[in-house]
Amino acid sequence: MPKEEYSAVDRSNNPKPNKGVTNLKQVPTTKASSKAQSKTAPKSVALLVATKKGGFILTSDSKRRTWTTKGPLYLGNNVHHMMLDPRDGKTMLMAAKTGHLGPTVFRSANQGKTWKEASKPPAFPKAPEGEKGRVVDHVFWLTPGHVSEPKVWYAGTSPQALFRSEDSGDTWEPVSGFNDHSMLMTWTGGDQSGTPDGPKLHSIIVDPRDANHLYIGMSGGGVFESKDKGATWIPLNAGSRADFFPDPYPEFGQDPHCVRLHPLAPDILYQQNHCGIYRIDRSAKGAENQWVRIGEKMPKSVGDIGFPMVLHPRDPNTCWVFPMDGTQVWPRTSPGGKPAAYVTRNGGKSWQRQDNGLPQEQAWMTVFRQAMTADSQNSVGLYFGTTCGEIWASINEGEKWNCIARHLPHVYAVEAVEL
Amino acid sequence: MKVIIPSPLLSYTNQQKEVDAIGGTVSELLEDLNRSYPGIRFRMIDEQDAIRPHMKIFVNGEQVFGLDTTLKSADEVHILQALSGG
Repeated sequence: MPKEEYSAVDRSNNPKPNKGVTNLKQVPTTKASSKAQSKTAPKSVALLVATKKGGFILTSDSKRRTWTTKGPLYLGNNVHHMMLDPRDGKTMLMAAKTGHLGPTVFRSANQGKTWKEASKPPAFPKAPEGEKGRVVDHVFWLTPGHVSEPKVWYAGTSPQALFRSEDSGDTWEPVSGFNDHSMLMTWTGGDQSGTPDGPKLHSIIVDPRDANHLYIGMSGGGVFESKDKGATWIPLNAGSRADFFPDPYPEFGQDPHCVRLHPLAPDILYQQNHCGIYRIDRSAKGAENQWVRIGEKMPKSVGDIGFPMVLHPRDPNTCWVFPMDGTQVWPRTSPGGKPAAYVTRNGGKSWQRQDNGLPQEQAWMTVFRQAMTADSQNSVGLYFGTTCGEIWASINEGEKWNCIARHLPHVYAVEAVEL
Repeated sequence: MKVIIPSPLLSYTNQQKEVDAIGGTVSELLEDLNRSYPGIRFRMIDEQDAIRPHMKIFVNGEQVFGLDTTLKSADEVHILQALSGG
């Protein structure tokens, strides 16, 4: 077990938002914020790596050049996500199940030194006699709540459902406004519909300005928004395509792979979708509910399909994607066997390839939606994990990549925290 | 009665492969097990009271499929993880 103490990266739901910052023109630039950051002593980074066979924690030195792998935690468990609570810097949750046993959540109150199972993991209510009830297959996504609600967490599951804990993950209750919504099965296509690995509720986002304002993504189902802490929900999918339906622009039913909100510009969201890369500006009068496809500026030979979406912690214009081959039978591997990240620094108007240090051919990487992340250092560190068990890192915003771990199990998720 | 615990659940029983529990039905037995070893029931029985797909329960060597199966104090209950996969 790790002995270090972890603190949170500032791209969580809980930064102190810059009030009045609602669009790109008003946010600090990377250059300006870099000056502020440079006064801070560099910190070590820890990566919380969730894999198909357990959890691992990779820790760096202060320069992020050497890495130590610790684990496995709960060897043999399918760990879909590990998260540190940025509000207390101590609580860590792990979503787990095994091939035979039911789903659960493990908790640590001491930065991962010791773990204990949740006393009431996410589960649906028992159905009335004679009715078929829903069953949680696995917990897929964990999100700490708003800074004003220090013990609140949210969990997204397969099949798609939302759960809430008010005691730091020890007991969980269904968010009935979502789970019991009369339209849920219509939105999702039913519990048997979804990704090859099972339908998912993911990308649970709490607006840093308002604990009542939530977003979620569903694969499939689309992006949905609640302004009353989950009591009511409306679709937020206008402008995003669903090429797998007769109508490519339905109100719901899309497949958002990963949705991110910028913590310093909370009206700006980015989305890596099954059908492209999108951005939305909720402060844009008349277009506040309209996703704009920004992936069309990607090279045609690469396309704009993928799973993760990673935002720069200080610059809302900058984000990264890691394209996958989404042609024909959807191989979900690096296009052409040539892996690369792509970065935009102007909100999607243009993209640059970043493959320095990555294999230049015959590298058929798959990177899942939770398996790429950023730290908040200067310069920003980027990290991704592959389904073949490699962890790659860049300490210069993607300019150069190094493999920092090999031979891990199939990587589901990577989260960066700072020591 | 004697209950045989499969290896994936030994972390709940302090690594004891055999434990004692009471109950007039399988459901009551599992509730008693859960009182002694909190959390163990949900890992093998889902929230709709169905035995999870890869778990099996045998009473005196016969597989049972419902939690309402009655038990006697001399019965022996085996909880097994099913052979499912290579």
